Amino acid sequence: MELNSITYSKAKLRRRKFVNALMLSLCVVSALITIIPLIYIFFYTTGAGLSSLNLDFFTELPKPVGEEGGGMANAIVGTLILIGIGSVIGIPIGIMSGIYVAEYSKQLFANIIKFLTDVLTGIPSIIIGIFVYGIIVLPMKKFSALAGGVALGILMIPTITRITEEMFKLVPMSLREASLALGVSRWRTTVSIVLRTALSGIITGILLAIARAAGETAPLLFTAFGNSFWSSSLDEPISSIPVQIFNYAISPYEEWHNKAWAGAFILISLVFVINLIVRIITRQKYENTV
Amino acid sequence: MTKTEKKPGIVTRNLNVTFNGVPAIENIDLELHRNTVTAVIGPSGCGKSTFLRALNLMHDMTPKCKVTGQITILDKEITEYTGVELRKRVGMIFQKPNPFPDMSIFDNVISGWKLSGMHNKKFYNEIAEKALRNSDLWDEVKDRLKEPAISLSGGQQQRLCIARTLAVEPYIILMDEPTSALDPISTQNVENTIYRLKSEYTFIIVTHNMQQAARISDVTAFFYLGKLVEVGSTRKIFTNPDEKLTEDYVSGKFG
Amino acid sequence: MILKFNKSKSNQDIELKVKSRLPDIIFKNVTLIFAFIIIFLVLWIIYELYKDAEPSRDRFGWSFIFNEEWEPLKEKYGALTFIYGTVVSSIIALLISLPVSLGVAIFLSEIAHRYIKTTFSFLIEILAAIPSIIYGFWGIFVFATFMRNTVQPFLQSTLGFLPFFKGTNYGYGMLTAGIILAIMITPIITAISRDMLKAIPQSQREAAYALGATRWEAIKMALLNAKSGILGAVVLGLGRAIGETMAVTMVIGNRAQIKASILEPAYTMASVIANEFAEASGSLHISALIEVGLILFIVTFVINSFARLLIFSATRKYDVK
Repeated sequence: MELNSITYSKAKLRRRKFVNALMLSLCVVSALITIIPLIYIFFYTTGAGLSSLNLDFFTELPKPVGEEGGGMANAIVGTLILIGIGSVIGIPIGIMSGIYVAEYSKQLFANIIKFLTDVLTGIPSIIIGIFVYGIIVLPMKKFSALAGGVALGILMIPTITRITEEMFKLVPMSLREASLALGVSRWRTTVSIVLRTALSGIITGILLAIARAAGETAPLLFTAFGNSFWSSSLDEPISSIPVQIFNYAISPYEEWHNKAWAGAFILISLVFVINLIVRIITRQKYENTV
Repeated sequence: MTKTEKKPGIVTRNLNVTFNGVPAIENIDLELHRNTVTAVIGPSGCGKSTFLRALNLMHDMTPKCKVTGQITILDKEITEYTGVELRKRVGMIFQKPNPFPDMSIFDNVISGWKLSGMHNKKFYNEIAEKALRNSDLWDEVKDRLKEPAISLSGGQQQRLCIARTLAVEPYIILMDEPTSALDPISTQNVENTIYRLKSEYTFIIVTHNMQQAARISDVTAFFYLGKLVEVGSTRKIFTNPDEKLTEDYVSGKFG
Repeated sequence: MILKFNKSKSNQDIELKVKSRLPDIIFKNVTLIFAFIIIFLVLWIIYELYKDAEPSRDRFGWSFIFNEEWEPLKEKYGALTFIYGTVVSSIIALLISLPVSLGVAIFLSEIAHRYIKTTFSFLIEILAAIPSIIYGFWGIFVFATFMRNTVQPFLQSTLGFLPFFKGTNYGYGMLTAGIILAIMITPIITAISRDMLKAIPQSQREAAYALGATRWEAIKMALLNAKSGILGAVVLGLGRAIGETMAVTMVIGNRAQIKASILEPAYTMASVIANEFAEASGSLHISALIEVGLILFIVTFVINSFARLLIFSATRKYDVK
């Protein structure tokens, strides 16, 4: 009886060890599986993008099918304009509302705002497109850069609100008290001491919000629409890199596909570089907290 | 100086502070005179820091904290001052040195002026030197004023905080266990500074160190469980207190 | 000098607060206005969607949700096929993504060495940051071809007797969209699950080891403890999959049909809005598309609220951020 139970538990132990090894290796395998698409997309886009990237791409307007050359200069400028409008809307609203939540608000109100920023983050971006279509495109009776920029701005708000609030919370109370005790006013303390200390973190948040907005396509489809020509006026449709990629990608022409790959390469580089910068800025913080 | 010449700097009447409805100090009635050093002593959690922070309304930043009663600062009700006016008159030194980490030594000293919107370069140099000399830090830092404040040692940082406070020329300086985070030599430096400055300023020092209270203060107030038990000249409190509780505490029977 | 125990009258018991100056009051209220903009914005979005969907709501009522027919020429609109496409593609994505994400989360929080962990976390962040349009573009030219030439023929030859794998092999369809979606939601499920695992105190694992548990058994216990938070992560991933637009639009085939086979093309709510909105044939068409958007909004709203609630209560349990 005794002997039996020992042999039984030995067999059981072997099984447990086997399960242990199997599951741990499966975890490693899933980690590897996850980065395969990343590496594939990254290198494929780089390969296809670089081969069709040249100076014309940055300086020329798109050419009709069949004509050689041409570029996406108007889409690049368009994306910059759209992000500019988006930033003008998203950054002040994000930072100021974040300041209110971190510095002044009561717990209940802070939780309401946190919940609503989560709601905003979770709303599919195409729905923001519908909303902006309703409030700007319909009354103006045309697609416009303004509408596209407003859509991107709305998408940037929640990220910036949350990062501002989180970075403000990291600033030690003792710094606020030091400033107040010197007879510095509350608002001046908030701006010159707390905001200044939190600024590098907030800037990383803004960079991430911009990187995300730069790649957004769905909310631009029926707000900024698209344009094959130069446009810098805010009440005209405007081209953007992601929408241009979309239009080219679903077209049947190979030369357009090549242009789209070049555009995709630009976008992916932007995302990569911004994330890298953010990593470098925040590395110190990571190392201190880990 | 005789007692009658001394005018009250701070008077509290029926001062109460509650956190989340729970009282931290109750019914504190106290008069603190100008140009004296008052030590506030008592075991941890007795409310001495809470009392101190009520005097420049620093509790305002703490959620769910309520201060009631009456405080008179320099013959005026505390409610008649704006926050800025009040704290320009009543400075504060904290337990842990808290220089502004991304400012230089020089910028830290003049930060009170600079952040209040005063921009006069010449005036800056003048007040910075004066404040640093008064806090006995000038000789140590005069050649490195542009270096970051956090490059200083803990004791130097605390004296920098004193200099920063002196620079805005307050009348009253509140100190919340200013040496508890410092080594003995730094502690001595800070105490010397206080001793030298006491003819010009009114100090109120919270300390858990009874020797320190005995060394530097003229008047001592003893707090216990959120109440003021006894206040009197330091000599009297340490040698012949009225209350049995005070005697037990200063003789080290509890605390 | 001493005025002890002199109980003052209650009229002196006024609350002492810092008197603010005008600039302070202005600054505070300006930030308050900006905070209210967020509240106002969310309400405005809801109102706008509800209002603009009115012609369609009036015309079709609840049948809009249960009707398969989407015929702009006949002015008949029903969203069932799109709801079906959204739900099924998201479920496929979740089924694929869940085990992988949990594996990666365990790898990151329990197994990986510090340097590998930082590098991997960075790669996962990049994976989350790649724009949807690039997933879609890559999906069209690389992944759909791979599905058509390799994966789907294999599925048809081995499991072709099941109704799920019958039908024409286009390469574009529900399965292709589901897999692309799985790639896209893996980073978010991974990141939150990892945080939830990290929030489980180390002492619990040590207790398991002390009882003779293997490493996997200790991890399993941590997983069980973190289950509500991980469920939150999964639900959040589901919300993301449901709202995803561009990548799905580019690989799902965009055919409004309900077929048992997951190799067949389908159509989702977000895709139909993306494809038809700018060229809608009339105000009823626009309104119907906005009603699709309204449904999409309500679904993602409910799902995200539920997810955040789970994550919030899970993090509060161990009082860790």
